[in-house]
Amino acid sequence: MNTANQTSDIILDVRNLRTYFGTGEKAVKAVDDISFKMMRGKTLCIVGESGSGKSVTARSILQIVDPPGKIQGGSMMYYGKDPKGVDLAQLHERGKEIRSIRGHEISMIFQEPMTSLSPIHTIGNQICETILLHQNVDMAEARTRAIELLRRVEIPNPQVAIDKYTFEYSGGMRQRAMIAMSLACNPKILIADEPTTALDVTTQAEILALIKELQTSYGMAVLFITHDMGVVAEIADEIGVMQNGKMLEFGSAEEIFYEAKHPYTLALIDSVRKLETSARAARGSRVTDKKLMEIRNVSKIYPARSNFMGKPNPPFKALDNVSLDVFEGENLGIVGESGSGKTTLGNCVIRVLSCSGGEVLFRMADGRIADLAKAGTHELRQVHREIRMVFQDPFASLNPRMTIGQIVGEPLLVAGTHTGEALRKRTEELLAMVGMPAGAMERYPHAFSGGQRQRIGIARALALSPRLIIADEATSALDVTLRSQVLDLLLDLQDTLNLSFILVSHDIGVIRYFCDRVAVMYKGQVVEHGPAEKICSNPDHPYTKALISAVPGTHPRDKRIVNRHRYDAAAAGIQLSGS
Amino acid sequence: MLNYIFKRMLSAIPFMFMVSLTVFLLIQAPPGDFVDSYAAMVASSGETLSPDQMAELRHRFGLDQPMIVQYFHWITGVVTGDFGYSFEWQSPVKDLVGERIGLTLILSLSAMLFTWALSLPIGIYSAVKRYSIGDYVFTFVGFIGLAVPNFLLALVMMFIAQKYYGMDVTGLFSSEFQNAPWSLARVADLGKHLIIPMIIMGAASAAGLIRILRANLIDQLYMPYVVTARSKGLSETKLLLKYPVRIALNPFVSSIGWILPSLVSGAVITSIVLNLQTVGPMLFQSLMSQDIYLSGTILLVVCALTVVGTLISDILLVILDPRIRLEQ
Repeated sequence: MNTANQTSDIILDVRNLRTYFGTGEKAVKAVDDISFKMMRGKTLCIVGESGSGKSVTARSILQIVDPPGKIQGGSMMYYGKDPKGVDLAQLHERGKEIRSIRGHEISMIFQEPMTSLSPIHTIGNQICETILLHQNVDMAEARTRAIELLRRVEIPNPQVAIDKYTFEYSGGMRQRAMIAMSLACNPKILIADEPTTALDVTTQAEILALIKELQTSYGMAVLFITHDMGVVAEIADEIGVMQNGKMLEFGSAEEIFYEAKHPYTLALIDSVRKLETSARAARGSRVTDKKLMEIRNVSKIYPARSNFMGKPNPPFKALDNVSLDVFEGENLGIVGESGSGKTTLGNCVIRVLSCSGGEVLFRMADGRIADLAKAGTHELRQVHREIRMVFQDPFASLNPRMTIGQIVGEPLLVAGTHTGEALRKRTEELLAMVGMPAGAMERYPHAFSGGQRQRIGIARALALSPRLIIADEATSALDVTLRSQVLDLLLDLQDTLNLSFILVSHDIGVIRYFCDRVAVMYKGQVVEHGPAEKICSNPDHPYTKALISAVPGTHPRDKRIVNRHRYDAAAAGIQLSGS
Repeated sequence: MLNYIFKRMLSAIPFMFMVSLTVFLLIQAPPGDFVDSYAAMVASSGETLSPDQMAELRHRFGLDQPMIVQYFHWITGVVTGDFGYSFEWQSPVKDLVGERIGLTLILSLSAMLFTWALSLPIGIYSAVKRYSIGDYVFTFVGFIGLAVPNFLLALVMMFIAQKYYGMDVTGLFSSEFQNAPWSLARVADLGKHLIIPMIIMGAASAAGLIRILRANLIDQLYMPYVVTARSKGLSETKLLLKYPVRIALNPFVSSIGWILPSLVSGAVITSIVLNLQTVGPMLFQSLMSQDIYLSGTILLVVCALTVVGTLISDILLVILDPRIRLEQ
């Protein structure tokens, strides 16, 4: 290949890009002198953890960085219509030139399709807007094109769907609509900023496959921003690894996955591959045959309500006759997609929500059996000392106005077991258990990172020496490298404190790593349960098969998602309860 | 939608009954009655009423009967359109209140429009150019507007208007039109007189609304959907008006519901200072003299208008924001 040919293959050439927030000494260098090239029709993945500057890089290309962020230097040569190229970094951020490129030649899709689409305009309105803005067509023609685009991204019944609002779409549909919108003017480059992070694995697989397929038929270059090495392995032609605003490594997918040089890249890949193994098998689990909890035929039904047209909706069965056991020393995983009822089950078990039917029998430390489904206030209070919860969002679940000492010590204070000096001692002890320095006690949550906050949340859960901990997506909000650290911490604590866990998660990797047994939930029912190893590698139920096969792999050579197993509930003849 | 409006109207009926009862009891809660305050007034002009005369008056006004009987008497009248008789004005309540309610409505609506016209552009400017000099100036003036009592502002404006422009600014009509029948000239006269009360009453609520709009809009300006719209290539002005401003508009519409009661009860002193023939001063006077049927009727009508205002603002909200559903 000669040099001239190579240049014409390049669509975007970013050199020494610097985007800073603020100026002078205090400037945060979100993007610090990075360079990369994008090839026509190829996918470049930029991977990094939160705060690495990958999103700011993507936004810098279109000059849509939120203030006070500003491009301070570097060039971004875009070779679109003009073979000599346009330097996007030189264009005025509100000028006509950059606006005629945005949405027209370079378009973008975002992470959270719910908030990234306007809540008060119809989907059609938002798609037509882009078409009318960049192409010389009338409204009727724009509408026809919008319907065609919706059909193209496989939205059922596009003639009707076009007049719906964002909130009337499901998460996956919203992201499809977003993609349709970005494709409206046949862009040369599609920038996708974590487009599947907010979606379920099976939906993620659908969207990834769709982007791949559209890329081929439209001949677009794709810049894909993600933190998930699994997704990278599935779709990348080239990979850039970012940390703290720097591009640590850049190369082809094969190079990065099999010949990575930088230790951080290796750690990223490892943290994903680690979750493909079971820590329980490696550590030797100490599951006893004593039943700790028996969940018998638990149901949760939300009664019928009439909608605004006066048509009654049928009652909604969030949980449909669920029965499960938890043994002492065991880690039970509950896995499912959003809306499967897994969180409802966790909440019913601890009686945050009341059950509509069934029993939740818990064997207390003194041997008594308490039925949580019917327990009175006094009994519940006792049970709640032995069952605690760890929450998903380490930012929202800690009161920002309380010190760490107050947060961790609060359960002790409420239970009245410790006061004064004893309380302080116990709090210190708890913080030490989760690897937090004693100096943390006087500080407030905002001083800590996500991973540290989750440790604080765990210390709070441990305060009353519980015997069962329900962890609802406890690692979902954390970066991949932190995820396995927190899971390891929980496993260490389990060894010393004689704990059992119910881990609710949508993440098969986390479940496989952490759990002894897994229950797979789908539309309020447990469709399959059994040993974690078996469920995660060789499931029996077709839904579980689809779920497992939609999980991205960690090897660019076996594109698993393309060959995934698809599950069609209606075709499988499963009788679904509720809607 | 129609079904919903019908239901809302229906549910307003028991509500209005409860309000009427509460209002009636509250008006009578202070010790004494109209006859006592009448006696005090007469006494101040040097005459006295004998206890016999007072008992005679009470009997004539029906004030010697138990409260519940008085209430029942009044409320059955209200249902048939007879709002009772004002002791103080010696005339049927209906005649007294009728025109004043209309004028109050006109004043309220024009004050509301003034509020909107002032606060919408300023609020948008303050949010978009926040921490700029302009924003600080508007913030400063706004806080002064909030902090200075309306009646003081009214006095100052009256002074300026009279002194430098020679305008007759008190009242809602010039003296020659005061009791004249409605004509184009009278409407024009009303328009002229409306300006100052409109500015005074609108200014304070505009100051509040600017703060609300500014805060709401700042929240919306960096929402992901704004970034999406920008990434499509929309110009900043179009983008601003189509997305974040639309969503930040909700408090404007909600203000329809509360602007009426605040104008009647909150602007009493201003109305007295400006000598406006709205219901505010009349309500104040009737409460002072315990003129129960008059004050009860005014409060009831204001309450009814508030119910209607809230309903209108709810309906507008549904039209403006598709996320809001009427029944859930």
